Amino acid sequence: MADRVPVSVSVNGTTYARDVEPRDLLVYFLREELGLTGTHVGCDTSQCGACTVLVDGRPVKSCTMFAVQTDGKQLLTVEGLATNGALNPLQEAFWNEHGLQCGFCTPGFLMAATALLHSNPSPTEDQVRKGLEGNLCRCTGYANIARAVQSASQAIQTGAAVPVAAAAAGRA
Amino acid sequence: MAITQLVGAKIHRREDPRLITGGGRYTEDLLRPGTLSMAVVRSPHAHARITRLNATQAQALPGVVAVLTAADFKPILTGTHPVAPAFVAQKHTVPERFPVADSEVVFQGEPVAVVVAENRKLAVDGAAAVEVDYEPLPAVTDLLKALEPDSPKAHTNLLDNIGWDLAFTPEDTVKDAFAQAEIVVKERILQQRLAPTPIETRNVQADYNPFDEQLTVWMATQNPHFARIWIAGALGMPETRVRVISHDVGGGFGSKVCAYPEDYLVPAAAKLLRRPVRWTETRTESLQTTTHGRGQILDVELAAKRDGSFLALKVLQYLDVGAYIGTFGAFQTCACLLAGGAYKWPGGIAARTIGILTNRVPTDPYRGAGRPEATHLIERMVDKLAVELNMDPVEVRRKNFVQASEFPFTNTFGLTYDSGNYEGTLNKALQLVGYSELRQRQQQLRQQGRYLGIGFSTWIEICGFGPSGATAGATGGLGLTESAMVRVHPTGTVQIYVGSHAHGQGHETTFAQIASDTLGIPYESIEIRHGDTAEGPAFGFGTYGSRSLAVGGMAVHKASNRIVSKALKIAAHLLEASPDDLVFDQGRFHVKGNPGSAKTMGEIAFAAYGASLPEGEDHGLEAIAYFDPPNFVWPFGAHVCVVEVDPATGDAQIEQYVAVDDCGNVINPLIVEGQVQGGIAQGIAQALYEEVAYDDENGQLMTGSLVDYLVPTAAEIPTAVLDRTVTPSPSNPLGVKGIGEAGTIAASAAVINAIVDALQPLGITHIDMPATPDRLWKQIQQAQGGAR
Repeated sequence: MADRVPVSVSVNGTTYARDVEPRDLLVYFLREELGLTGTHVGCDTSQCGACTVLVDGRPVKSCTMFAVQTDGKQLLTVEGLATNGALNPLQEAFWNEHGLQCGFCTPGFLMAATALLHSNPSPTEDQVRKGLEGNLCRCTGYANIARAVQSASQAIQTGAAVPVAAAAAGRA
Repeated sequence: MAITQLVGAKIHRREDPRLITGGGRYTEDLLRPGTLSMAVVRSPHAHARITRLNATQAQALPGVVAVLTAADFKPILTGTHPVAPAFVAQKHTVPERFPVADSEVVFQGEPVAVVVAENRKLAVDGAAAVEVDYEPLPAVTDLLKALEPDSPKAHTNLLDNIGWDLAFTPEDTVKDAFAQAEIVVKERILQQRLAPTPIETRNVQADYNPFDEQLTVWMATQNPHFARIWIAGALGMPETRVRVISHDVGGGFGSKVCAYPEDYLVPAAAKLLRRPVRWTETRTESLQTTTHGRGQILDVELAAKRDGSFLALKVLQYLDVGAYIGTFGAFQTCACLLAGGAYKWPGGIAARTIGILTNRVPTDPYRGAGRPEATHLIERMVDKLAVELNMDPVEVRRKNFVQASEFPFTNTFGLTYDSGNYEGTLNKALQLVGYSELRQRQQQLRQQGRYLGIGFSTWIEICGFGPSGATAGATGGLGLTESAMVRVHPTGTVQIYVGSHAHGQGHETTFAQIASDTLGIPYESIEIRHGDTAEGPAFGFGTYGSRSLAVGGMAVHKASNRIVSKALKIAAHLLEASPDDLVFDQGRFHVKGNPGSAKTMGEIAFAAYGASLPEGEDHGLEAIAYFDPPNFVWPFGAHVCVVEVDPATGDAQIEQYVAVDDCGNVINPLIVEGQVQGGIAQGIAQALYEEVAYDDENGQLMTGSLVDYLVPTAAEIPTAVLDRTVTPSPSNPLGVKGIGEAGTIAASAAVINAIVDALQPLGITHIDMPATPDRLWKQIQQAQGGAR
């Protein structure tokens, strides 16, 4: 067995201290060590983005980051988007706009879109599409995903709901 | 009869809350303590003899529990890979297939051993330490050369590479029509291999309990009951001792229908080692070993009169079946049976298919399976004829359509189109896209040296499989029907177990809509369950071929109606009235003319488990039904794609995409539109981006990751403008047709026709897929060189 390294990381507001192998990928640390299985693995080459999580507010493909690299950092995963059982505006929008079918890529899209809306609160459709080109969806053809992100943006802008940016900053 | 309230309504999916919060239950999310991980040692060669396999080093690694080879599995796994007759009952050669190769490997990625270890990392370490020596053999990589007598053979023990050679109709059929033809157009149309690429790769977990001899298998599958039969059969276990569970599945697109080596190897390893075992495919393994779709060459000839009316058609399909014949690999021959499309062929259609064995992963159905190929070939030929005759492609279509008054219409192959109004969808699409203005704009742009093209695809589809009589031969005996079991509990809540299986289609929502209207019980009180062979009816056929609603949904409807029939008798008993005097309305049975004298479905449910039932009536309120449709269903539509090609770069930009489809009555428009939009994206992906490429010389896969296999992103796929017409199907009580594959069936032809139309001034008359900038640029250069 390889030597283990201590890691202390905040995920969705809870701090976890664990010993990990240096080669442990972040996505498997989240899924198998912490039981947060909402983050999925869809490829081995960081093309599909199903494993996207936020590390200190920035989107990261967790299949291409080691768990040890997150020591001392603040992580947000799909499980951290809803607060006290209430969906956030982006989740609501994915639901309303039928932005998912099989749902496997959805957590990655939600996290990438969270980061996108944090950096650009009112993106055009084109900006949404370009902003999400690191994620693959095989079911929807993306139309409803783009609609969902824009409608979430409007909801947040009009104050209809809690800003997604709060979640993006890891404060949700 | 309840007033329709939910059917037709835009209900938001009840599946979504769990999926958008990270609460999905995909197979790999199941984390059971003590479960071992399996990794597969695979052949790096397309064709080779295994000369030595040494697992000593691997076995000595910490955490490695076992290295298992063919010798270990042979005593526990029997039989060969299942191959359904599909549309080719008599096959020339069906190579025997065992899940692990022992002496000869016939495609890159074929398993040669598995390593089972305490966790995933140690299993992968173990697999890397297994030493295998190979003697490479010549690989069959070219579909047409494979037919030559001196070609290498895909398996060393074969005399030729022919899997099947079947003429559905002899060439003589069309001899007269071709002799009378005023014009004949010909084309060789390539259908590149595609990787279905669900974002969730395949995975299997298994736990064998030796005390009660029970095997539980969790897997990502589109048809758990078929998987159970295959696994139980291979392990020599009774069907009832195997339970297959498939909760959430991250997409299938046909690739999670057939049987795979790992479906047997994981349960067998669990049984051998008496420990639970799990395996998840990597993306590279998926591109290497999950069945591919398409992979065909189609030689087509169309005979017509100079006024544009069709006479006859000839189709010769060369189908790359891969190294073994896929479980439903011969289904793709339906490209021949549907080649006539939406049109009439007074002189008939001659169609022949040749299935060719190669040293590549087997092909099997991928979204549309045979029908996209049929649509692509006929829609291409129609446009080609239009160019030759200098006619508007719209006029050629109108001239040859099966007319709305001609349904039911029986085609050359004896298949009966149930209902349709092909011109209706085309007219609506022309209006939406602004056709005449577009043609004017095209002329203006051409004068500026710009290349705008308009492409049509007036597609049809056979789907909704059954009927049992027509399909039993194709599966090897099981007639395709679909099952549902409705249980109304004493408190009036309902659980419905269905034999079809959802992996994105939204059964939990639409089936509840149907049941709610039929039963008169609130939607919220109805739960739809699927994906567990230990629950519900004895058999379910699963989800593929756009059959879930038209067959599975109708089973829900049929079983719900049985509940209503029994409830009527109980209501009559409780109200001391004759059943004939009762009216069922909005979930209440009341005495005709006396709405105050009534019993609700909830009251009846409670009474069904109580003390006072009608004479001779059993307790309980449950019903089971299998729906066997009288015919297939035949959705159709008209897609129009507008493309501009940049001649300097060969880049084709889709400017507009309009789709008017008709899937009969719509249960949930939100889901229908989602299916169409997503389907179109996959068709565009084939037309412009995706291709599984193998090295011609050695049969090495060159698109082994998503870096090379170009699944398009949100930045590439346009939003299609959607509309529909409604022509109910006479094949089921709700008048519905399938819509899951429609977009994919239609789209590639619309896109390619648009590109060819754009480049028509250069004299380009055909383009193969994918129409990448590279391919288009070369073709444009050639054409321009030729013109100079």
